[in-house]
Amino acid sequence: MADLRDLYQEVILEHSKAPRNFRELAGANQHAEGYNPLCGDHFTVYLNVEGDSIRDITFQGSGCAISKASASMMTQALKGKSKAEAQRLFETFHKLVTTGETNGDRPELGKLAVFSGVSEFPVRVKCATLAWHTLQAALEGKQDKVSTE
Amino acid sequence: MTTAAKLPSTATSRLEVVDKGFYVEKIRRDFPILSRDVRGKKLVYLDNAATSQKPRVVIDAISRYYEEGNANIHRGVHFLSEHATGEHERARKLVQKFINAQDVTEIIFVRGTTEAINLVAQTYGRAHVGAGDEVLITAMEHHSNIVPWQLLCEEKGANLRVAPINDRGELILPEFEKLLGPRTKIIAVAHVSNAIGTLNPVAKLVEMAHRRNIPVLVDGAQAVPHIKVDVRALGCDFYAFSSHKMFGPMGVGILYGKAALLEAMPPYQGGGDMISSVTFEKTLYNKLPFKFEAGTPNVSGAIGLGAAIEYMNSIGMENIERYEHDLVAYATEKLASIAGVRLIGTARERAGVVSFVIEGIHPHDIGTILDQEGIAVRTGHHCAQPIMQRFGIPATARASFAFYNTQEEVDMLAAGILKVKEVFA
Repeated sequence: MADLRDLYQEVILEHSKAPRNFRELAGANQHAEGYNPLCGDHFTVYLNVEGDSIRDITFQGSGCAISKASASMMTQALKGKSKAEAQRLFETFHKLVTTGETNGDRPELGKLAVFSGVSEFPVRVKCATLAWHTLQAALEGKQDKVSTE
Repeated sequence: MTTAAKLPSTATSRLEVVDKGFYVEKIRRDFPILSRDVRGKKLVYLDNAATSQKPRVVIDAISRYYEEGNANIHRGVHFLSEHATGEHERARKLVQKFINAQDVTEIIFVRGTTEAINLVAQTYGRAHVGAGDEVLITAMEHHSNIVPWQLLCEEKGANLRVAPINDRGELILPEFEKLLGPRTKIIAVAHVSNAIGTLNPVAKLVEMAHRRNIPVLVDGAQAVPHIKVDVRALGCDFYAFSSHKMFGPMGVGILYGKAALLEAMPPYQGGGDMISSVTFEKTLYNKLPFKFEAGTPNVSGAIGLGAAIEYMNSIGMENIERYEHDLVAYATEKLASIAGVRLIGTARERAGVVSFVIEGIHPHDIGTILDQEGIAVRTGHHCAQPIMQRFGIPATARASFAFYNTQEEVDMLAAGILKVKEVFA
């Protein structure tokens, strides 16, 4: 049986209660909205992109502990990264939350590795990836609201 | 009536024996799924507003139909076809008696509540609602009693009006009455709210509407499993409900309509069974109720629904109503006493549902943690996003009850909520 503590790790609970970079970004030049119609989670991700580099990243909105902590830790992980690095990290993160595999403990995951427990709770994968899908839409300059359904 | 099983505790005895004809531990044995484990824990099924579980008699009726009685209906001259037709029409008769409709031809088999409402919107609605007219619904409707009317209004250039509710989740009657005008062509209202359990005073609403000659459709999906429904006492013109929420199988539901209205309505779908004769020049439609039943119907579904009705009758709707009233009152009191828990929807008249949020904890997280305890609740907006907006929340956790639930299960839910709070402490 999956253990609740695998899902609700201390770091995740802490980020959900006190999310980092949780504000609208003044001077953002790209942003996108993401929505999970199943549970009503709703986030906006703001980016300040210069050339290929994510200079700053913030988010706002409401959601469950998993989606909020994931968004919070995503903003910490991606600040200063290139678009290609962000895309690669999303792919690694996605694999982590769907399979639990960390590809030989890929160091680039860093603190994000705490989300490995999500793979034991398949219905919560969408929570963990909502902010990331929203980020992808913001990077691609999509105007439509992203939906997980 | 056997009383062999031991009462779980003195605390539950009050509800156990509300009536000598009602004994919850015996009733639970009629539902095979209730004895299974989930995630290593005893299943506590509190998601009855999404769908109810099925008693053995319903499962057996469906199996027996496919093992011994399967044939298409209304067409064959052979034994099985005649038999299946008889069983199908017997189920219709059971439905008629169950809701006290005047005539069996007023009972139309559909796929479910959603299809029943769409049927009325697309036939009665398209014939009577024009540009500038109004359709009146309430702020507590399920999406299935909002979207069909939006589609109609969009097509016709009509306006959808919404009767407001108060902070308890009750319809504000003077506001409702104010919205009834010369352009109001139909009213569609839930008998019981799926999201917060409010029981609407339908008879009173119908009276207000009929004084102005406005017909009323009632979405009864969440009422029929819990309270005795008498469509003639309510006076409503249409009443829609689903089999699967009342212990019958999925994929079948009922539209009740007053015969005079149904007669005057154009057909919904075209096909076999709904015609009396077809030529390429002209088709004559079949009589009621078959005019609205194009194609081969869900025969096993209708038979299963019939078995569910006979089962509910054997327990007695009065007993069900009384037992659940006490159970929901107990759950309301128990949950409200937990620090940080806020009930959403505190209408004085309610049925079946306790919806709640916990300060600082998202309903989705509540659902996951309760699930680990074997407790099934629904979390989210319950296909009723407008009422969530009314209460300024994205979602709730909803415990919804049936007559097979116990006080002990309410206690387990309360213990589960304490566990949720512990995880997030």
